[in-house]
Amino acid sequence: MSGVEPPRGAAARFADEYAAHRRRKRVYASLFAAAFALCVVAAGITAKFDVLSLIQGLPRTTEFLIKLIPPIGFATFGVDFGEWYWDINKWMGSLLNTLLMAYLATVLGTAIGGFLSFFAARNLAGHYLTYWLTRRLLEIARTVPDIVWALLFVIAFGIGPLAGILAITVHTIGAQGKLFAEVNENINPLPVDGIRSAGGNWWQEIRYAVLPQVMPNYLSYTFWRLELNVRSATIVGFVGAGGIGHDLFTAVQLLYFADVGAILLIIVATIMAIDMLSERFRHSAIGKASFAH
Amino acid sequence: MTIRLADLTDADVAAERVRLPGAFSAPLGERLRFWLLWGSSAALTLYCLYRFGFLSMDFLHGVSKFGAVVVAQLFPPIGYGNLPMFLKVMGETIAMAFLGTLLGAAFAFPLSFLASKNMTRARPLQFGTRRFADLLRSFDYLIWALIFVRAIGLGPLAGIMAIAIVETGTFVKLYSEAIENLDRKQIDGVAAVGGNGLQRIRFGVLPQVLPMMLSNTLYMFEHNVRSASILGIVGAGGIGFLLADRLRAYELQEACLIIIVLVVAVYAIDWLSKILRERLIGDHRRRAPVDDAVQT
Repeated sequence: MSGVEPPRGAAARFADEYAAHRRRKRVYASLFAAAFALCVVAAGITAKFDVLSLIQGLPRTTEFLIKLIPPIGFATFGVDFGEWYWDINKWMGSLLNTLLMAYLATVLGTAIGGFLSFFAARNLAGHYLTYWLTRRLLEIARTVPDIVWALLFVIAFGIGPLAGILAITVHTIGAQGKLFAEVNENINPLPVDGIRSAGGNWWQEIRYAVLPQVMPNYLSYTFWRLELNVRSATIVGFVGAGGIGHDLFTAVQLLYFADVGAILLIIVATIMAIDMLSERFRHSAIGKASFAH
Repeated sequence: MTIRLADLTDADVAAERVRLPGAFSAPLGERLRFWLLWGSSAALTLYCLYRFGFLSMDFLHGVSKFGAVVVAQLFPPIGYGNLPMFLKVMGETIAMAFLGTLLGAAFAFPLSFLASKNMTRARPLQFGTRRFADLLRSFDYLIWALIFVRAIGLGPLAGIMAIAIVETGTFVKLYSEAIENLDRKQIDGVAAVGGNGLQRIRFGVLPQVLPMMLSNTLYMFEHNVRSASILGIVGAGGIGFLLADRLRAYELQEACLIIIVLVVAVYAIDWLSKILRERLIGDHRRRAPVDDAVQT
């Protein structure tokens, strides 16, 4: 017989220890729950969370949402729909503006951010001071929300898409600069050494050793950024910085419910289409990335 | 056998070029496509620059005005007498983000089970819940805030609801992805000892998905502090209201102080949340999968 009989009381000891363990866990859990509940109450008081006005507000919200779609008869679908989208030419113009704003901001922001990313990568920056300064600059550019940049640019450039493009560009510089710098830091250093040992200068190192490695990731991030920038471009209009957001804001202010609904539908269709397209492009870009390694 | 570089003649190279054209350059079609893509992107960029007035004198005027009026007048920040008030409103902003995230998580939790392929057999129900969630998060926070301000009035409540609605959409997506990736065997184990549906979820599903859910929720809270700080621009409470107000009144130096408060608060929350996530769940993963669902 090789089995060893457990000493008497082992099971009892296990039961005791297990009970103690459970007690300890329960104490921790209730302490955590109490702290959490305290946070919720504190937040509720600070943010003046009022259940009564929420309950009063919900039917009004539903009413608002219902009014967004005007009555459309099945038989008179064409006419009703045409009437709903009575201002379609203006809205489509705004939509085109919005898309082009997002495109231009993505191109400009990616170009500048991509350039800065080499100085923000620890392995390529050269001097530490360059690295540190570039990092801080990029941080400021992306921590200040794009709509705040839009407010600032509207002061200088006046109302219109230009201010919105600049705002989204600045935010894009910050975001792309950081993401690209991380890609740059993860490259294989051997090609860089190779170019350097063959007498290449800094620019040649970047062009022939770094860019071929990072390009697929850059492309993938850029499509993703374009997708996010289309979203941004739809809202910078709220502060007068152009795009379809301006039409939406006006319609909401004037309580033209059907117009609000029509514009929202345009926005959601656009966002979903861009999401799908961008996903497809990103997958092909990532496919190339795995191919390159 | 070795080939010495010095022995290679131009004729050898030409012969190789004929034999292996792919080694010397990409096929013509590929090169054409490459240049066509880059060329048309560049052309579109130029057109946009022209269309939006980057190539006019007005743009240069704007740049000089931005330097002279905006940047020069932002510094140095003033209005330290109002600092306690700014901090209080920043606290309100963080509270908005907290409650909005919490409500969103609470709405999304049951819905995420409906939206998971392995939990909901009825395909139309599962698919419909997913698309509904997509619909909620495809509108920006500010758009929801604009609607809620109109429907329930100015103030933080509209902001909280805006965050809660967008977050419901985001969390349904993130949670249901976590649920779909779980290990079936633990649920089968609970079922094998006679566990009912609720027990299967409590002891088979939750222990697997809760860490992921907590981590995602904390990360979104961090993200929502940023969102909440701008909702005030459309009147939905928080520090954005003060900021937009000061900027519209051209009190740029005070606006600068508000921006500094905002940036410092965002950093502080990022830092705290990172520590919490690492402490609570040992989350050292990169953020990329969550980032995908986030609208920064």
